[in-house]
Amino acid sequence: MKRISKFLTPIVLSLILIGCSDDQSAPLGSRGVYMLLDTSGTYTEELDKARQIISFLLTQLNPGDTFAIARIDTASFSEKDIVAKVKFDDRPSATNQQKRVFLDDVDSFIRNVQSSSYTDISGGMLQAQEYLMEHDVRERVILVFSDMQEDLPEGYVRDISFTLEDYKVVALNVTKLREDNMDPRVYMERLDMWRNRVEEGGGYWTVINDLDRIEEILD
Amino acid sequence: MTWNDVLELTPHPGLSILAVFLTATMVLFITRGPLRACLLGFGNTLYRACRLASKGCQFGAQAIVERNKAVLLEQGMQEAERAVEREFERISNTVAKELGDYPALHRQVSEAITAIEEDYDRSREVPPVPQPWVEAVEAIAKIPRADSLSGILDNFQKSIVDMENKAVEEYRKDSKERHRLLHAARPYWQELVKRFTGTESRLQRLLDRANAIDNHMDFFTEISKGSNAAMRRLSASSLTQFFISGLVLAIAIGGAVINFHLIARPMAEMVGGNTAIGNLRVADIAALVIIMVEVSMGLFLMECMRITRLFPVINSLDDRLRIKMGWVAFIILTSLAMVEAGLAFMREILVQDELATAAALRGDGVVEASDVMWITTMAQCGMGFILPFALTFVAIPMETFAHSLRTVLGMAGVALLRGMAVIFMMIGTVFRGIGRGLANIYDIFCALPLAFSRLFRRKDKSSSSYSTVEGMQGL
Repeated sequence: MKRISKFLTPIVLSLILIGCSDDQSAPLGSRGVYMLLDTSGTYTEELDKARQIISFLLTQLNPGDTFAIARIDTASFSEKDIVAKVKFDDRPSATNQQKRVFLDDVDSFIRNVQSSSYTDISGGMLQAQEYLMEHDVRERVILVFSDMQEDLPEGYVRDISFTLEDYKVVALNVTKLREDNMDPRVYMERLDMWRNRVEEGGGYWTVINDLDRIEEILD
Repeated sequence: MTWNDVLELTPHPGLSILAVFLTATMVLFITRGPLRACLLGFGNTLYRACRLASKGCQFGAQAIVERNKAVLLEQGMQEAERAVEREFERISNTVAKELGDYPALHRQVSEAITAIEEDYDRSREVPPVPQPWVEAVEAIAKIPRADSLSGILDNFQKSIVDMENKAVEEYRKDSKERHRLLHAARPYWQELVKRFTGTESRLQRLLDRANAIDNHMDFFTEISKGSNAAMRRLSASSLTQFFISGLVLAIAIGGAVINFHLIARPMAEMVGGNTAIGNLRVADIAALVIIMVEVSMGLFLMECMRITRLFPVINSLDDRLRIKMGWVAFIILTSLAMVEAGLAFMREILVQDELATAAALRGDGVVEASDVMWITTMAQCGMGFILPFALTFVAIPMETFAHSLRTVLGMAGVALLRGMAVIFMMIGTVFRGIGRGLANIYDIFCALPLAFSRLFRRKDKSSSSYSTVEGMQGL
């Protein structure tokens, strides 16, 4: 019997190793995605496109990833502006369930969204930076679905440097405003201003206006 | 010193060139001996070094050949032993199965023979012939017929004829009885023939086995002698086995890969889909470990059944313990097969769930499951259950592969070393040739003084030989 146990011991140990694998392992390339949705003025009309992007992102995200959607309104540096957030379970079946629930929440938000008077993009960025910092993820991506025209109410201070090392910031669907059409330099200067702010904070900046390129968001 | 300086050595440039040429030639001629020796020595040294390396390779190859031979012979002897052992086992089984009922057969044959003997004896009993009656009839027939006696004799004749008829009838009856008895004995004969025919075929099978053992023993003797024929046969067999077992192992690896894909995805449900050890997902590692454990269990099972002999420890175990261990391995294997079948089922559910989620995210609505989807599900479950048992048989080609690999590697090593020996010899020869070639090229540069030197040497030799002849004539 001793000899039998001699053979069975490594097998049993292997099985125990499988059972204990969670304790000895590390998350494999988990990603944190924080998406800011501009709800100011007429930009709410663009939210259907945002839904498409969110659906696509949900198909791309894997178990263990973190995803949050927040609105950009008058004062966005607040947890209250987070519309939906989820950390996907390790089990694929549970992840699928979470994705469906998440999409329902987003749909509900888009149906009932109210336009805000001001656009606090910086506050939203700071909130995103803070939120993703709290989560143990290897890739941090901030998506800004906005025309990138910041409009702050009086008294709000947003002249703050970002800390965006190892962050990727993607501006999505940056629409041209009437003034931009009159003088395109305004649009370019606006984008350059945001690029500088992000890159000065150590982040990587990119703009995706063509929704056919949404595959590049998480590259 | 520039070329112009050289030309200005004498007032005439041509003279300068000639002077330099002659000086250089003389210098080369003076240093010819040691430089030639150096060049030739360099070539010869490298040649000897390469020759030594070549010899070393040849010795190495020879050592491997001998080692290979020893291993092959040992393997061949073991194989022959196993074959003889197996044949004896078969003979034992045949004797136990086919000839185990020999006592019953003997009894049946004895009974049949006794019955036949009895019937034969009874059929042999002839009714006694009434001899005195015949004599009385003959005596009466010789009496002359007289009228007074005519009636009596007629009556007497009639009685006699009646009695004769009766006797003939009696005889016929007895003959009929004898035929009946002999007819009744016929099934016994047929039975006997059948029994003996069956026994003959059984004995023939035994004789065939005995012939097979003879062949194995002959081969065993050949191996023991280490004959070339046995070596050739073993080598060829080893190569064939290597390729065949390699092919079967490749097929088995294909099966293992399919098995892996069946269980890796649902394994993420058990151990998490987003954790990793190194660069490998834990779910993949867990699936691999399960497959490896199944293969190990298969190996142990085959070992316990004495189909393979990879682990001497298991083979030397007590029979009861070995059988127990075999059962344990079989139970674990069956359990793992059931787990795999469950995981395969789970995989299909997950796939459906993912498809439904993707459809919902795309906004395609609810995707109806196909009516024939159960076929895929059942096929996956079946494969999940069967593949672990199929992988059990990997043990057989694995054993063959491991054994033949040793021989094949040895052959490859020998070929490599022999090839290296040839290459070293070639390189050595080239080095020697280069040394000689360089020495000859050197001679070209001092060809003029060399020619004079040879001329003078020849003259010296001829004059010395002439003076020797004159001296001898004087004497």
